[in-house]
Amino acid sequence: MTAVALPRARVAGRLAESARRYLPPLIVFVGVIVAWELATSGPGRRVFPPPSAILNAAIDNTDMLRRATQATFFEAIGGLAIGTSAGLLVAFSSARWASARDILLPVAIASSAIPIIAIAPILNNWFGVLNPLSKMMMAALLVFFPMVVNVTRGLLEVKPASLELMRSYAAGEIDVLRKVRIPNMLPFFFTALKVGTTLSFIGALVGEYFGGTSDVLGRVVLQSMSSGRFSLAWAGILVGAIAAIAAYAAVSIVERVALPWHSSLHSD
Amino acid sequence: MSGRPPTDPAGAPHAAVRLAGVDMVFTTQDGARMAALEDINLSIAPGEFVSLIGPSGCGKSTLLRIVGDLIRPTAGTVEVNGKPAHRARLGREYGMVFQAPVLFDWRTVEANVRLPLELLGMNRRQREQRVHAMLDLVELGAFLRHYPHQLSGGMQQRVAIARALALEPALLLMDEPFGALDEMTRERLNAEVLRIWEQTRTTVLFVTHSIPEAVFLSSRVVVMSPRPGRLTKVIDIDLAQPRNEQTRESERYFELVTEVRESLRGRRGTATDDRLAAGEGSQQRLRAEGSIG
Repeated sequence: MTAVALPRARVAGRLAESARRYLPPLIVFVGVIVAWELATSGPGRRVFPPPSAILNAAIDNTDMLRRATQATFFEAIGGLAIGTSAGLLVAFSSARWASARDILLPVAIASSAIPIIAIAPILNNWFGVLNPLSKMMMAALLVFFPMVVNVTRGLLEVKPASLELMRSYAAGEIDVLRKVRIPNMLPFFFTALKVGTTLSFIGALVGEYFGGTSDVLGRVVLQSMSSGRFSLAWAGILVGAIAAIAAYAAVSIVERVALPWHSSLHSD
Repeated sequence: MSGRPPTDPAGAPHAAVRLAGVDMVFTTQDGARMAALEDINLSIAPGEFVSLIGPSGCGKSTLLRIVGDLIRPTAGTVEVNGKPAHRARLGREYGMVFQAPVLFDWRTVEANVRLPLELLGMNRRQREQRVHAMLDLVELGAFLRHYPHQLSGGMQQRVAIARALALEPALLLMDEPFGALDEMTRERLNAEVLRIWEQTRTTVLFVTHSIPEAVFLSSRVVVMSPRPGRLTKVIDIDLAQPRNEQTRESERYFELVTEVRESLRGRRGTATDDRLAAGEGSQQRLRAEGSIG
């Protein structure tokens, strides 16, 4: 059944398909929330607050949470941009020159082995504890490695027959790059970008834990905890997760639009 | 030999393909040398349909790649349209169809066929026209916007043929293009290739291991020996044109199929006596070299 089937039947089929895919996780999600609410309605609800209390805390502190989320979002996305750019640069160089590959890939691997928690205070020190750049660099460090590995693979793992075909057309290196290697690499790039989106939020938050301005999510969570406002701490965690999921979803949508051939190839 | 005047009866200035004394020796990773092709001499006239047939590993695909300048031979000369194969490739003078369709997943049918035209730098309007003409030629005009994975294997290979023909090359090189398809599809595509050949009058060099396919399609069948590959026999296929389903049932067709089969077995020299087979091969080579068209 290809794209020539009846349109109406296809729309109905799509809806049924979506329901089949999204209904089970939705049921589980709602179930967990309800169970959580019921389980935490007794004593001890201060440390482990029920969803309703978290929601109330969020509503009471909307302004503060919005500012904090914006700041953290800015750090995470800035870090994502820096890490992605650096990763692309290293990947393209590695794919083009074997000598660059020999020098840069060990460095990239070493960067992934750095204990991120240990380096956070150092980055704060280097780039200024109050400067959002120090948090961006934390995020960039996490984003960098998967970007290098995936994009290098995407540029190099081209079918030999495709290269032979291009050779039969006397295509130059630039043509091979533009018409074979880059399109072949794009699905790998989006995989790395999606992983990087969630990693960048982790990087930014870890950086924030080690000091900086107070109007960021990491500080909100930390300070609410230490002052015993657990509902607000959970609200901070919740909006952080929502921001990261929103960024991930945005990248996924761009991917679907940019690579229609790929999503249709891999979703059925 | 290189100073030989053109002898084509139709008066075309050059042979479409001319191979003289071509040897190919591969050196394996541990330094061992393996002769893949030995002293290949063959001339193909413009407009001919020539099949290379031989047991697997005899170097027929290697020979096709040498003609297309995808590999350089160890010795000998290779000319395409009267110029060295290298210059012919740089001039984009041939189209190639591989065993696999080698379509780009990220390009629609239309965009896949357009690829060589983009590389040539043809303007958009001309490109569109040519792409549509080529897809009509392979009867896929209704599938412009489909992606390769939405097509059957046979349809994908037809897209690859349309792409190979997009530059309207004087020479079409086909490397077991239907080897991966079922028998029914293969026969249908054989008929289609013949129709396209008649319409475009392009020269075709076709590699196959199917005897019926070679006989049905070709004006000449070139039989190769097992490794190192040598041309052991050239068989003229004198079946009437245009060929169709009746051709496949004619007596002459069966005779020719038998003749090719026996040549492949090396029946007339005893199959076990390599030297005798090689001796007969060189006689046939002389004949192959002398007869153009």
